[in-house]
Amino acid sequence: MADLSLALPPRARAVSAAPSRLDVFRDYARRNPELIVGLVVVGALLAIGLIGPLFVDVRQAQPMRAVPGQPPSARYLLGTDDQGRNLLAVMVAGLPLTLKVGFLAGAVGLSIGTLLGLTAGYLGGTVDTVISMIVDIILTVPGLLILITIAASIKTFISVEVLALVVASLAWPRPTRTIRSQVLTLRERGYIQVARRSGLGTPEIILFQLLPNLLPYLAASFVTAVSATILASIGLEVLGLGPQNDPTVGQTIYWAIKYNALLRNMWWWWIPPILVVVLMFVGLFLISSGLDEVANPRRRRVV
Amino acid sequence: MRLDYLVRRLIQFLVVLWGAATLNFILPRLAPGNPVRERLLSALATGGYQQAGIEEMVRAYNEQFGLDKPLWVQYLLYIQHAFQLDFGYSIASYPSKVLNLIMAALPWTISLLLVSTLISFALGTLLGALMAWPRSPKFLRHLVLPMMALSAIPYYLLGLVLVYALGIALPLFPISGGFAVGTLPNWSWGFFQDAIYHSILPAFSIVLSAVGFWAIGMRGMMVTTEGEDYVVYAEAKGIPDRGIFLHYALRNAILPQLTSLALSLGTVVSGAVVVEIVFGYPGVGSLLFQAIAALDYFVIYGVVFMTVLAIAVATILLDLTYPLVDPRISYRGA
Repeated sequence: MADLSLALPPRARAVSAAPSRLDVFRDYARRNPELIVGLVVVGALLAIGLIGPLFVDVRQAQPMRAVPGQPPSARYLLGTDDQGRNLLAVMVAGLPLTLKVGFLAGAVGLSIGTLLGLTAGYLGGTVDTVISMIVDIILTVPGLLILITIAASIKTFISVEVLALVVASLAWPRPTRTIRSQVLTLRERGYIQVARRSGLGTPEIILFQLLPNLLPYLAASFVTAVSATILASIGLEVLGLGPQNDPTVGQTIYWAIKYNALLRNMWWWWIPPILVVVLMFVGLFLISSGLDEVANPRRRRVV
Repeated sequence: MRLDYLVRRLIQFLVVLWGAATLNFILPRLAPGNPVRERLLSALATGGYQQAGIEEMVRAYNEQFGLDKPLWVQYLLYIQHAFQLDFGYSIASYPSKVLNLIMAALPWTISLLLVSTLISFALGTLLGALMAWPRSPKFLRHLVLPMMALSAIPYYLLGLVLVYALGIALPLFPISGGFAVGTLPNWSWGFFQDAIYHSILPAFSIVLSAVGFWAIGMRGMMVTTEGEDYVVYAEAKGIPDRGIFLHYALRNAILPQLTSLALSLGTVVSGAVVVEIVFGYPGVGSLLFQAIAALDYFVIYGVVFMTVLAIAVATILLDLTYPLVDPRISYRGA
């Protein structure tokens, strides 16, 4: 019920009587090629983190494990930094960490946002007023600055997981608002009214009627949320507020800036992490614009 | 505009400020130990900072926050000080007051951000409009993808690449600072020129990364206005292309853009924290960065509070003047 068939134009639905999920996906991807390109890019980055450790010794991502300050060579393909980290190992070990922060924070933020958005949108009244007001207030404050304050205060014991939670603490208001507005359009639909009149309780309606119909929309929101949380976490890391002992991509950029890699022409130190970050954002952006048709009801009709 | 809207908006404004101030009060107390006191003690122990000032500082802070008083008294004192914009003294550069440090950095940030925001808005809006206009040159159509890619990349990373390309590899512009080393800020023409020269690279990186955002937004709006009846009608009347473009399509598509411009001007202060750090620009962002590096908590909290204040004031002003800009918005029955 909650598959991509929602996104199909009426004619396509009529022609293929019972399209399999794969067919639906293939059909959808043909109309939105950017989705495939985005998936390939992000998939490739994930693969570097997953398969990379088979070929590269990730222990060399820690300081003092390699000859410091070496340009790329056969021994160190991406060179080494001042502290003697093998930068190829840093990339292989750091990519999954950065993605992990994004996925974890995005998931936590989106879950809280979904819960609050569903509650506010479905219940309405005072609950809605209070939740909406809190969301409005938080959306006006500069997120990165608040995150900086929090991260600076707990700088000494920040880890990948803690960083994800810090970022997630401000990642829920936007999903809350968009999911609330989605629920507002759903709640007056016939099947919800039928469910309500047949005596289904509020939690059941929210869990079994509303939530499944929001799933495609949530999938698209998740990509946006991950992109936003990665942006925030890399922002914090570049400021030196990331996990100090983990070789995340943003933290690598911070060390490169701090030790003047640009002026000293150590391009191998800062260009690869920047390239990776850019690829990551472009990939996530392509996926989310490829899913736009699912997420944005106005585009479903167009095609 | 109804009075109760104004009152509600003012209450919201105070709640935001109170929240920011409270956060600053709670955070140091959540961390294990008291980071403020530890910071002072470690500065005393290593003697890295002005040793003579440390004893005075401890006394000043004990006095200011009444650290011997009950927690709720400390809290009330703290809130009172925050609303008087008194953030105490900097730990790293005692005896400078935090407020003075911020006031010295603020003009740099505001001028850099104001100018680059306006340039990127003008450039992006025009590009976006032309990108959507059926009769504009073909090559503009192919700009959509690069513009989207640009808007997806964090601006400070573009900044790093620019520093390297135009500052180091091809040394056209100074790579760091807000003015030439060895000069002091003054009101002379020469200093002004020097400041502009130093601001070109950071401004360029902000413009480059923001232009895509404006272009994509404007393009979306233009596409919807092109289908409107009044555009078709204007074409039927035989109004020249350029006239239709300017007075019918562009004019109606630009209103939502102005709304987001107003909103982004509200975030001018916080917008480029990281870009300032990349360029060592002497604004609020760099101040914050140095404060983080030195764990100078009072400067961090001061910067955050001042920024929240600036944004809250800007949004409340904009909210009240919106109906003048966009007649479709009114607060009756809001």
